[in-house]
Amino acid sequence: MSVVARMEVPSVGLLDGLRGDGRPLSYAEHCSRYGELPLELTALELRERIAASGLKGRGGAAFPTAVKLDAVARSRNRAVVVANGAEGEPPSGKDKVLLGYAPHLVLDGAVIAARAVGAKRAIVATTSAMHARVRQALAERRDGAGVDVQSAVIPDTFVAGEETALVNALSGGPALPMFVPPRPYERGVGGAPTVVLNVETLAHLALIGRYGGGWFRRSGTADEPGTALVTVSGAVQEPGVYEVELGSRLSDLLQQAQADPGAQAYLIGGLFGTWVSAEDGRGARLSNADLGRLGASLGARAIVVLPRERCGVVETARIARYLAEQSAGQCGPCVHGLADIADSLDQLVHRGRRTPDYGLLRRRLAQVSGRGACRHPDGAVGLVASALRVFPRELERHLQGHPCTGSSRPVVGLP
Amino acid sequence: MKEFVLRVNPILCDGHGLCAELFPEAIELDEWGYPMLEPGPLPGSLEAYARRAVAACPVLALSVERSETGRRGRAAATPRTRPT
Repeated sequence: MSVVARMEVPSVGLLDGLRGDGRPLSYAEHCSRYGELPLELTALELRERIAASGLKGRGGAAFPTAVKLDAVARSRNRAVVVANGAEGEPPSGKDKVLLGYAPHLVLDGAVIAARAVGAKRAIVATTSAMHARVRQALAERRDGAGVDVQSAVIPDTFVAGEETALVNALSGGPALPMFVPPRPYERGVGGAPTVVLNVETLAHLALIGRYGGGWFRRSGTADEPGTALVTVSGAVQEPGVYEVELGSRLSDLLQQAQADPGAQAYLIGGLFGTWVSAEDGRGARLSNADLGRLGASLGARAIVVLPRERCGVVETARIARYLAEQSAGQCGPCVHGLADIADSLDQLVHRGRRTPDYGLLRRRLAQVSGRGACRHPDGAVGLVASALRVFPRELERHLQGHPCTGSSRPVVGLP
Repeated sequence: MKEFVLRVNPILCDGHGLCAELFPEAIELDEWGYPMLEPGPLPGSLEAYARRAVAACPVLALSVERSETGRRGRAAATPRTRPT
């Protein structure tokens, strides 16, 4: 089909337009590749496009983006759009890749989201490491099409990207989660109704706004349309960020990343994710519907490949300690529960004089879910519970006091 | 009598534990002394005990709310966005 080059619809998505030299796409290059922003569309038309696309949030919760936008569009007060570029998840790099190499997709998305809900202000929140890239990209753009797009720096902590923590920080408070309700769409930044969207979600909006919901639905599944960015690390030759179609095979992605063919398990969904054995992972597809069969979900869309020689229980004990340390420190069950769960796991894997108390660990795991202001304790507990399910042999050896058969080289990258 | 639910603000709660003493029918303390609430809804006949526990909390962390059945109109109009 021959159309004017600038109107040509890209066949896949967010990453195929990147330059080969590692420099970010300039605004001019961005516009010539994707075309201009659809400024002729009204707020309602934009929201209809977004609803038709079926896009779900790419930050982890996979909540329908159209519903989020509708909630603030209905408000009588002027809404604020927040682009969440915190990405405090250590094994995830997808949002940094977008902000670093295709920042204008994110900024376009922020403008589209703002225009879709009648907001005049959008804030792109990132850690200091990514801030310069955002500012540089903002400086290249002449005006924001009626939207004042600003950048903001938030602390580089695990919880800073949690929706209410982000709103708290942008309102001048500490980057700590808040008790809800009110939720941000009711009262967010500076008291205004606020819609917080992950930067990848916004990048998709940049294209959905231009090419429509039908275009977006050409990839992915009916229930989970589109492509998604997934960060692959661990026992792989080619770690990095990959763009996959939702519903495509996990094995195809692993092959592309040249994962260790003898891997024993995969951590799917980041640190709040789920261990899945290599056997279960073999036929799995990259969708929440399919991973749900295995008790897993795409979550933060980070996948870590665990090699055969590494003990999954030891690895999990290390992550559990990190997550306990990353607790915001506000809620008793999270502060004490995660620390004690990490202690129980340490005792299990390092086996001092005291015999590990497996029953106590199980009781602790059952006690902390749902009892924090945010879902930090739930995520940590879910990960540990999956490890106890997926690594029964290693667990048994540790319980019996046998030496660990795994190497001590960490696989999941933690700061 | 209307059903109700108990809610604790875990950020405010310091684990004083008075609530569990006053309303053991629906509140027990975990290993660390923080209250674990019966998920509810609870029958209205217990509301007086619940209110006593609410009043006794030194940091005002505990509250009684009308259960979902009583607030359906409002609950249905609001999306349940989960923190990510």
